[in-house]
Amino acid sequence: MNAFKDAGHLFRLAAVFVAGGMAFVGVRAFLVPKSFGQYGHYRGNAMAEIAARPVNFAGHQACEDCHADVLEKKKSGKHVHVNCEACHGPLAKHADDPGSIQPAKLDTAVLCVRCHEANIAKPKTFPQVVSADHSSGLPCDTCHQPHSPAITAEETTGGKK
Amino acid sequence: MNITRRHMLVLLPAAAIAWKHVLAGTPEASPNYTMSEHWWGMLIDLPNCIGCGNCVRACQTENEVPDGYFRTWVERYHVTDYDIENPHVDSPDGGKKGFPPAKEAGGKNFFVPKLCNHCADSPCTQVCPVGATFISPDGVVLVDKTYCLGCRYCVQACPYGCRFIHPKTLTAEKCTLCYHRITKGLTTACCEACPTGARQLADLKNPNDPIHEFLKTHNVQILKPYMATHSKVLYNDLDGSVR
Repeated sequence: MNAFKDAGHLFRLAAVFVAGGMAFVGVRAFLVPKSFGQYGHYRGNAMAEIAARPVNFAGHQACEDCHADVLEKKKSGKHVHVNCEACHGPLAKHADDPGSIQPAKLDTAVLCVRCHEANIAKPKTFPQVVSADHSSGLPCDTCHQPHSPAITAEETTGGKK
Repeated sequence: MNITRRHMLVLLPAAAIAWKHVLAGTPEASPNYTMSEHWWGMLIDLPNCIGCGNCVRACQTENEVPDGYFRTWVERYHVTDYDIENPHVDSPDGGKKGFPPAKEAGGKNFFVPKLCNHCADSPCTQVCPVGATFISPDGVVLVDKTYCLGCRYCVQACPYGCRFIHPKTLTAEKCTLCYHRITKGLTTACCEACPTGARQLADLKNPNDPIHEFLKTHNVQILKPYMATHSKVLYNDLDGSVR
């Protein structure tokens, strides 16, 4: 044991390192968020926080719960698979409180051409019109009912490209 | 038992580690949603895309994306007959207000909606130095705003250009695949607003999802497969000129 006769200062040095290490572990445990590392190298609670955001688009199910008549009308037309909020815009607030929050009236002159204005890159099978030539300035809903847009089969093909 | 200094040296770090586990607490309970049951992706059915820009507008209102920045956008491709390697691509204001008539006639013309590909092996999450961006257990690449330093490594790392720095918060922003919607059983805002079904949310872990039948019967490709990112945004009928 002669070799360890003067080892006291080594133990004191080691004690300083151990104390430093423990301080590090302690401070780290205090500073790192509780859920960090729960699923991986990130804060697990971040997902719940992102998921807590409110929705703006209610989803077509919510619309159809009340507006069954419109759903029925759509079924007979080409717009059957077009979701309500594709045209009417985000209406989660209206779905939450249908009494006091009413959706804005839509302008068909703006709305229809978003999809149906002719463009070379659009699929050839998609019905397209050059709006300036098609209706001589009349709004689309003079002839077409947006929920079931066909007038008759023959008439609409005249506007197709 | 006589506790010596030697015992203390072993016990204290062990106690610290145990205490950390106590602090970790229990995982957040989310009533009707189990992360391990889902693996989210999206199907882009290109022959149905009409370039109306509904998805871009829907995304901006749903997620309050600042003007001039995009979590999703639509590109118009014009491929001339003789030069498939160099397509002409335009995307005026991300396609938000639709597309003006094409300048050039002829060739191949089509729209390509773009968004975060929610890669299973995503380069953006690998470069984050602080663990602020990650792929969730249900396969969505997300950003933890409270952790992000705004160092922009991820913006540079994304091979698809899907990230940006939010001009106000100065943290990284990207498509969350409407995580706040899909965890409530809704589809994403862009899919909800798409009038032609060109965009469809896909749960690759759900055996009843129509995506599986679609994959069996269609020619589906991903963007930049050579990057080995294992992208989960699947493009039907993708032209070879698309970058």
